Amino acid sequence: MSGTLTIAYIAAGVLFIRSLAGLSKQETARRGNLYGMVGMATAIAVALWSWAGDSLTGRELGLGLLAGAVLVGGAVGAVLARRVEMTGMPELVAVLHSFVGLAAVLVGISSYLEPRTGAFETVAARYVHLSEVWVGIAVGAITFTGSLVAWGKLKGTLSGKPLLLPGRHLLNVAMALAIAGFGWPFLTEGGTAGLPWLLAMTAVACVLGMHLVFAIGGADMPVVVSLLNSYSGWAAAAAGFMLANDLLIVTGALVGSSGTILSIIMCRAMNRSILNVVFGGFGTADAKPSDAGAAAAGEVRELKADETAEALLRAREVVVVPGYGLAVARAQASVNELTRLLREKGVNVRFAIHPVAGRLPGHMNVLLAEAGVPYDLVLEMEHINPDFPKTDVVLVIGANDIVNPGALTDPASPIAGMPVLEVWKSKLVVVLKRGMAAGYAGVENPLFTLDNTRMLFGDAKKSIDALVAACRGER
Amino acid sequence: MDLTLLELYVFILAGFTGYLVITRVPPLLHTPLMSATNAMSAISLVGSLVVAGSDRGTLSTVLGTVAVVCATINAVGGFVITDRMLKMFKTGPKGGHTP
Repeated sequence: MSGTLTIAYIAAGVLFIRSLAGLSKQETARRGNLYGMVGMATAIAVALWSWAGDSLTGRELGLGLLAGAVLVGGAVGAVLARRVEMTGMPELVAVLHSFVGLAAVLVGISSYLEPRTGAFETVAARYVHLSEVWVGIAVGAITFTGSLVAWGKLKGTLSGKPLLLPGRHLLNVAMALAIAGFGWPFLTEGGTAGLPWLLAMTAVACVLGMHLVFAIGGADMPVVVSLLNSYSGWAAAAAGFMLANDLLIVTGALVGSSGTILSIIMCRAMNRSILNVVFGGFGTADAKPSDAGAAAAGEVRELKADETAEALLRAREVVVVPGYGLAVARAQASVNELTRLLREKGVNVRFAIHPVAGRLPGHMNVLLAEAGVPYDLVLEMEHINPDFPKTDVVLVIGANDIVNPGALTDPASPIAGMPVLEVWKSKLVVVLKRGMAAGYAGVENPLFTLDNTRMLFGDAKKSIDALVAACRGER
Repeated sequence: MDLTLLELYVFILAGFTGYLVITRVPPLLHTPLMSATNAMSAISLVGSLVVAGSDRGTLSTVLGTVAVVCATINAVGGFVITDRMLKMFKTGPKGGHTP
């Protein structure tokens, strides 16, 4: 029996690795996802079968409960996944992370209550097991509440402003010490008498998770969601250590490293360290009055929609730089229509994506794909940056900080050193913008007053619809 | 103790494999990657199932059952949304002069 179980677990582990490998290319990605589903189904089926295998008598209740729980969970999951809009992906991912964290906490507590805890061969083995339970619950609890706060901030239910309590670093250290300190009495209590300590630690970890994410600004939530993604992996791996289950350890390690890599990529794209994001309280800069400076810094030149359309139709090479403002204005479909129209007329329209353009790593790619923009027209920053000098028109839609030349030229800028899309090297930049407000980072943008920059003010969707109409009129 | 060391060995190798595989995923697919790995972390369902199904007293069963619900939401939700996203990625009509 245990031989079959082991083989099935190895198969599931291999399927998960193949699933991730499939995601390295768009063509194989859907098949990869299928591998993941098969792996998950295999692991669950075999775990159930081996659990029920010995004898089912007296276990009808347990089996009924499990079946009910799986049905309820499956239905909720399927409905959530079908209903969610692509702009709401970050919130969904955050909420799903919180479920992983909660599950890890619950499994940890149950695993402590199990009678086996009292009957370890050696004292050392018992300590090792209890420590695993401890770490698993701590990571799970931080993931659980941290994800809930991230969800609230992304959704806008909670304020995006970082909550900076006085002495917050000390508070974090005190809570971390409490989490470690409660471990000693917990370890030394016999049987399940340590439960009060375990629950107290869980409560402290929950508060720590909340406090950590509350202190991070809304603009940094993409990094936080990636980090929590990795925590959910580490939590699963910790559960694997508790239950001596290799599949959980393998999967947890895969997920954990994935989340870590994504967090690092996002941080690099902002030229900041993870520590700076987590403890830096960035976004406090929102409060400083740089908006006034932006308006005064120079003269901006306006361009009307029909003039912009003319320039687009005359162009050979056009690059569209979408920012999150595009999604806020729900203008993706209009942009796709404009792209189709211009390409029909022989204009080579392509898209340039900055890694932090959306609210999740790769979010903007999904939003464009949803609108029907072919993914082979969508290029990453490092691939399109060399092409700007030979580009006739760049359309910047709802983006600001990611096209700020000050990041490269002004060492005093708060976003100095951040890699940006070098749109100003092109012949003409048209910035579609509601008004002259500063971007997320509250930094003024010298791009708007450059000689080859024109502003097209107004709601992004309306402006693009006007461009589409004007381009059609030229036919 | 030996078992724990062996588990640590498995953990480190798996983490390394994850690093090698995931660095090859293009930014284009980072959101699907995130939702797929999120679904996979519901593998803790396997643990929850065992805990919920064993007769270890009411509290343990209740906790385990709630954990099973949470993990199933994750697994099903994660994989379904990943598939929904991947279906959206399409290439344009052949031809054109995209370099």
